[in-house]
Amino acid sequence: MMRHPLLSVKDLRVEFPTRRGALTAIDGISFDLREGEVLGVVGESGAGKSITGTAVIGLLEPPGRIASGEIRLKGERIDNLPPAAMRKLRGKRIGMVFQDPLTSLNPLFTIGDQIIETIMTHLPVSEREARDRAVALLEEVGIPAAGQRLSAYPHQFSGGMRQRVVIALALCAEPELVIADEPTTALDVSVQSQIIRLLQRVCRDHGTAVMLITHDMGVIAETADRVAVMYSGRIAEIGPVRDVIKSPSHPYTIGLMGAIPSLTGDHDRLTQIPGSMPRLDSIPRGCAFNPRCSLTMDRCRVERPDLIPAGDSHAACWKLLETEGAGR
Amino acid sequence: MTNAPDESAIKLEAGSRSRWSRILDSDIMHSFLRSKVTILSAIVTLLFLFGAAFAPWIAPHNPFDLATISILDARLPPIGMEYSDPNYLLGTDDQGRDVFSGILYGARISIAVGFLSVFFAAIVGVLLGLIAGYVGGKVDAVIMRVAEVQLTFPAILIALLVDGVARATFGNLDRERFAFWILVFSIALSFWVQFARTVRGSTLVERNKEYVQAARLIGIPPFLIMIRHVLPNVIGPVLVIATINLGLAIITEATLSFLGVGIPPTQPSLGTLVRIGNDFLFSGEWWIAMFPGFALAVLVLAVNLLGDWLRDALNPKLR
Amino acid sequence: MLAFTIRRLLQAILVMLVVALISFTLFRFVGDPVNQMVGVETTPEQREALRERLGLNDPILVQFGRFIAKAAQFDFGTSYQFRQPVAELIGRRLPATLELSFVSAVFALLVGIPMGVYTGLHRDSWLSKLFLSISLIGISLPTFFIGILLIFVFAVTLQWLPSFGRGDVVQLGWWSTGLLTWSGIKALILPAITLGLFQMTLIMRLVRSEMLEVIRTDYIKFARARGLRQRSINFRHALKNTLVPVITITGLQLGSIIAFAIITETVFQWPGMGLLFLQSVQNVDIPIMAAYLMLIAFLFVTINLIVDLLYFRVDPRLRVERAAH
Repeated sequence: MMRHPLLSVKDLRVEFPTRRGALTAIDGISFDLREGEVLGVVGESGAGKSITGTAVIGLLEPPGRIASGEIRLKGERIDNLPPAAMRKLRGKRIGMVFQDPLTSLNPLFTIGDQIIETIMTHLPVSEREARDRAVALLEEVGIPAAGQRLSAYPHQFSGGMRQRVVIALALCAEPELVIADEPTTALDVSVQSQIIRLLQRVCRDHGTAVMLITHDMGVIAETADRVAVMYSGRIAEIGPVRDVIKSPSHPYTIGLMGAIPSLTGDHDRLTQIPGSMPRLDSIPRGCAFNPRCSLTMDRCRVERPDLIPAGDSHAACWKLLETEGAGR
Repeated sequence: MTNAPDESAIKLEAGSRSRWSRILDSDIMHSFLRSKVTILSAIVTLLFLFGAAFAPWIAPHNPFDLATISILDARLPPIGMEYSDPNYLLGTDDQGRDVFSGILYGARISIAVGFLSVFFAAIVGVLLGLIAGYVGGKVDAVIMRVAEVQLTFPAILIALLVDGVARATFGNLDRERFAFWILVFSIALSFWVQFARTVRGSTLVERNKEYVQAARLIGIPPFLIMIRHVLPNVIGPVLVIATINLGLAIITEATLSFLGVGIPPTQPSLGTLVRIGNDFLFSGEWWIAMFPGFALAVLVLAVNLLGDWLRDALNPKLR
Repeated sequence: MLAFTIRRLLQAILVMLVVALISFTLFRFVGDPVNQMVGVETTPEQREALRERLGLNDPILVQFGRFIAKAAQFDFGTSYQFRQPVAELIGRRLPATLELSFVSAVFALLVGIPMGVYTGLHRDSWLSKLFLSISLIGISLPTFFIGILLIFVFAVTLQWLPSFGRGDVVQLGWWSTGLLTWSGIKALILPAITLGLFQMTLIMRLVRSEMLEVIRTDYIKFARARGLRQRSINFRHALKNTLVPVITITGLQLGSIIAFAIITETVFQWPGMGLLFLQSVQNVDIPIMAAYLMLIAFLFVTINLIVDLLYFRVDPRLRVERAAH
């Protein structure tokens, strides 16, 4: 029997109906995620990273909806599950960590209440067992004196500590996949790498796969196994982190790499991509990146490129066909 | 610093332009035209205003002209019922006065009290809000403390107290002569707080902006500048509060008149008419109280719906 | 917590002093108390003697002090129209008003909160739209007219319920209650609905808008992302967060319910304080007006104090922040 990937997204399309017709926020993206793997999803804000994450966990805000395509978890379709079945799957099989730990926790309930309720919703344990489990989890994510902190309210924790609690909450029913949506953006720079390393360590220990959504290439480089670069609701390039960073194929990824300050200092200045990402209602024909690309050909303005193999990764760029053909 | 006056001029222009374009903005017109309820309530409100303004010309009878009313016509039921008289569309009251005409004349007084009291409340509230926000310190503290204490008392209670005081100082007969203005005064007195709070908030925001400091430096009285800048900003909210309070003021007036401490029966408002009719409810002459009551309810409902729409249209976030 | 309580208590006392000053001004300067107490044939000498005896010639501050001292012992003098001690008159009427206010507040909460939750969660369902339309009509109908309509339908036309009075009351010590007899309960229904309807619509609209806001917060999204049961999200996590504003408004409204009882009591001839107050306004019976004002202020202030303390029960953030002050 063929082994299914943990998560498989095929031709996913997400639309937001408006007064002036439907806006396509995600336009036919496909990717797989293996068990225990960390997939970085990177792109500018508005590229559709977060929407991809919320679509996978089935929490798209109405009127947003999945227009076509499918999402499979271990081969089983989950994009068309009835709400009750999807509710049971959330937290149990797919967890999620949000951006802002200050607002992610309900201010009127103790940390213990929130963790214990989540555990008891998904696992057949007594309240006592749930409590012990909660303490163990909090210890695991590095909350000191976890037993006493159970009865503390969110406002009594610092931002970094709250994000640890959020991670514990996302993991408390042992999900197979965690979607981390910009988990460090709202935090102090000083605690960002701590939290990323914690997330990485805890997920590795539990064998949990991670879909790490961020606009920070540095975080991806440090954490992810593979990376998907998104642009205007499409995947521009996807592949192993090392390949994408060392030898990016898509002009957008190349530009993105140029925009990261390098510690070794071989660049004397940062290159910047001219222009900005198009708005959802004015995505150009053909390759969405063509107006900003320095290598645009006629074909780029007319026909949208599919993902084309480039070494171990894939990139959606017509230039690749050309160089490949020239090489033969 | 040198470009500060320019900046304020630009801001002013932008302020006044955006206000007009905001009112005429397609989204607002769109929301107005889209909502049948809003159009209907606008029409109803206009009908009431028209009927009230031209009551002496529209009304089939003059309920105050003792020469034309006859006790023989008393307690006639509305058209469609047995014993009704085609001259009296909605029937007559115990004195033989036409109920329909009474409603037109009554609406005249109810609407006048409503408009005047909201108008005075808005002026007092906006001024006190500006002063509290601009001067700050003790003046602000005193004004806002008074507002707070007053907020704890419902409008009805304040109006009743004012009325009691008026009776004690003027005596009952003189009070009746001034009843209209006492009513306007007491309702205005209880409605100024909301205006003051809103305007104070905007004033506090504007006060610390650079152009106000700059104006001070180049010798323009900052208070004048403030008024010119704050007023355009608060016109929207003040308008919304005024519309919503108009409904409340009309209800308050009607309630006071119903309780017998408002407009006297010689010049009945809608509330007074309900009070008069209430006595005949049990003897089966329901129309004397019900028609004025429904007229009042429809008027207030229409005004409230307009206020709701205005609030949503000017401030989509609140929806 | 203690410091906060003490500070709120001092504020409450300040408000009471201001209201006392207003009451005193009413009592002392609006209408001459002596004129009200004596007949036309009294000589100027007798009037002066009475003035002296009543202490009206003392310095104002002394008089004010005496007024407060007496008020603290519920001594508000004698009613001009009834020639009876004001405290006794009000004491006899108090249970009727408090029972009516309490029952209508409970009605408003028990019906208003579930309706608000429902309309907040299902904002586009036809039932929500119906509730909202009814609430708008409820806000637009003046209280007295609601009462008259109810009387017309249920008392005059259908003759199911009485239209005036309290029915049979049972005396429990000085407290007279209508809640223990069938006729007392029947008499209570229409007035309680009349008085509570406006508050009910207010509470419903408030809960609805708070619900709509809370539903959009990150912690509710996170709760959904954790797969918590819908019922727990709606009624545990979301509803509790709407409670702080609901408690505030309900507290404030409880005060205005007692004041609005004036209208309901007039419509239904309910023998409570409101009716007494209205009569006192019409007859310029200053001692009753002054006493009623003080009593209402006292109730308001007490309710506000309780509301503030309730916050601490609901919102743990306040416990820390306020204690730090």
